[in-house]
Amino acid sequence: MDFSAVFLQIVQQIINGVSVGSIYALIALGYTMVYGIIKLINFAHGDIYMLGAYAGFFCTTALHLSFIPALLLSMIIAGLVGVVIERVAYKPLRNAPRMAVLITAIGVSLFLEYGGILVVSPQTRTFPEVFPTTLYNFAGVVVSSQQVLILVVSLVLMVILTYIVQRTKIGKAMRAVSFDTDAARLMGINVDLVISATFAIGSALAGAAGVLVGVYYNSIDPLMGIMPGLKAFIAAVLGGIGIIPGAMLGGIIMGVVEALVSGFVSSTYRDAAAFAILIIILLLKPAGLLGKNVREKV
Amino acid sequence: MKVRTKRDIIFVGISVLIYLVGEVLILTGAIPPYLERSIVTVCINIILAASLNLINGITGQFSIGHAGFMAVGAYVSAILTVKFGISFVVAIIAGAAASALLGVLIGLPTLRLSGDYLAIATLGLGEIIRIVILNISYVGGASGLVGIPKDTTFTWAFALMVFSLLFIRNFVESSHGRACIAIRENEIAAEAMGINTTKYKVLAFALGAGFAGVAGALFVHYNYMAHPGSFTFLRSFDILTMVVFGGLGSMTGAVTGAVVLTLLTFFLADIPELRMVIYSVLLIILMLYRPQGLFGNKELSLKMLTRLIGGGRRDAAEGK
Repeated sequence: MDFSAVFLQIVQQIINGVSVGSIYALIALGYTMVYGIIKLINFAHGDIYMLGAYAGFFCTTALHLSFIPALLLSMIIAGLVGVVIERVAYKPLRNAPRMAVLITAIGVSLFLEYGGILVVSPQTRTFPEVFPTTLYNFAGVVVSSQQVLILVVSLVLMVILTYIVQRTKIGKAMRAVSFDTDAARLMGINVDLVISATFAIGSALAGAAGVLVGVYYNSIDPLMGIMPGLKAFIAAVLGGIGIIPGAMLGGIIMGVVEALVSGFVSSTYRDAAAFAILIIILLLKPAGLLGKNVREKV
Repeated sequence: MKVRTKRDIIFVGISVLIYLVGEVLILTGAIPPYLERSIVTVCINIILAASLNLINGITGQFSIGHAGFMAVGAYVSAILTVKFGISFVVAIIAGAAASALLGVLIGLPTLRLSGDYLAIATLGLGEIIRIVILNISYVGGASGLVGIPKDTTFTWAFALMVFSLLFIRNFVESSHGRACIAIRENEIAAEAMGINTTKYKVLAFALGAGFAGVAGALFVHYNYMAHPGSFTFLRSFDILTMVVFGGLGSMTGAVTGAVVLTLLTFFLADIPELRMVIYSVLLIILMLYRPQGLFGNKELSLKMLTRLIGGGRRDAAEGK
């Protein structure tokens, strides 16, 4: 293989990686926002993404919606489910030991996965083709219309999210609660409402990621959320958990590294690469790429 | 010292009695083979839960990569019996030693992390172990290592379970164990009192890993094959669930959790579609109403039972 071919393949893998990575980034945003506010690793988050994919599937097949309405409806459904989960399973445990909340999150995750199997059957479903696949060839590098779509949609969503968090009242309240919950409550912020809003926004983003994956890979199944959920979480840790730009950066890096590993080493080592990134970042810079190290106080 | 020796003797005595009853029932056929299977699984799960409790409950280090250590013990022992024809006892010891060694190697760098970060790191390491095994064709790769002799019997599983419980219990009550508990309660204070926190954290981690290796060896020698799919992080979650169900830090809690949840999965096996749904709902309900687990960090004892019967009213008055 000569140099230019290798170079082309690297560029190709980076493009593939960025499109998968932006999906990781969308899921990672929900993880990071929830962790930033209630310090909970929401293991059920990956399953919300699966729910989003199924919502998108039924919106396009049963309701015959076109892509944008289906995406919005799926986001709303995922957001609602996220709020219900928070209210039913996590809110009563605000002051419980961390381990108990984590086990509850695992319980919710198993419930969504196997409840999903029970309701929609374990078989893999083919996502309808909402967009005709067009391949654009730029000097040997192939970009599909789906990849463009994923990039555009995730960019738009991330811009909207940044606007909400930085400019709106609820965003300000979210940042305040994440900085110091008790002080925020004393300042008259309705903490429970803010937490619910965080779950709604995070879950809606995961739902959108689910629909995008359905469009990209054309197949969905009830256990599809487990691995992307874990990887998105790694992405959140990589960027610095609790930091929103960190989740976006982490997601993209994860996607690109995975694509490069499966392109040049072996696709069976793809998952190991993801976890290896996690271990390395935790050992070298536990606060994440964009995080600041906080000294432990006695 | 004497009290403990006496208690150990009583414990072994009762265990031997239970074993004899169990063995006679199995030999006479009063316990059918499918039930024997679940009893052996209960024994293996008790070893797993007790060893994870040593790391998570006693030392307070949040590890969720136990399946990885189980896998190492399982594969090392299976390679020895299948490829080299070495006897089962040696294979178990070697599997446990390999797991414990890996526990030290992994523990030294990662135990600097705390809380959630340690949890994620151990989860990742457990998965890396599995993926690496998946890619080694010498041990069968994704199709698993087959042709393992069925050496695990009720006797083996029960004896090793009793040994693990005795060992871990005595470790916890030794000065080393107290150091571990001190680390759980307050790591900085423990360090200020002159406890070498790294040493004890790694020690507890290695011991827990070693016993997970024993459980792994028993597990694969009962199922004729070792498959990477048996050691995913879902199994780590299963073990963690047993420990938290019974109450973190409670040895009797870990045993109860292992027994109850294993039997629950066994009885729900007839309705496979609903099984995991019921399991998850029960888990959520238990955590919502009793987040500290069945026993909290207390040990179940006769004293506790009498207090439960007599003290229900006082608990209610205290608003518990």
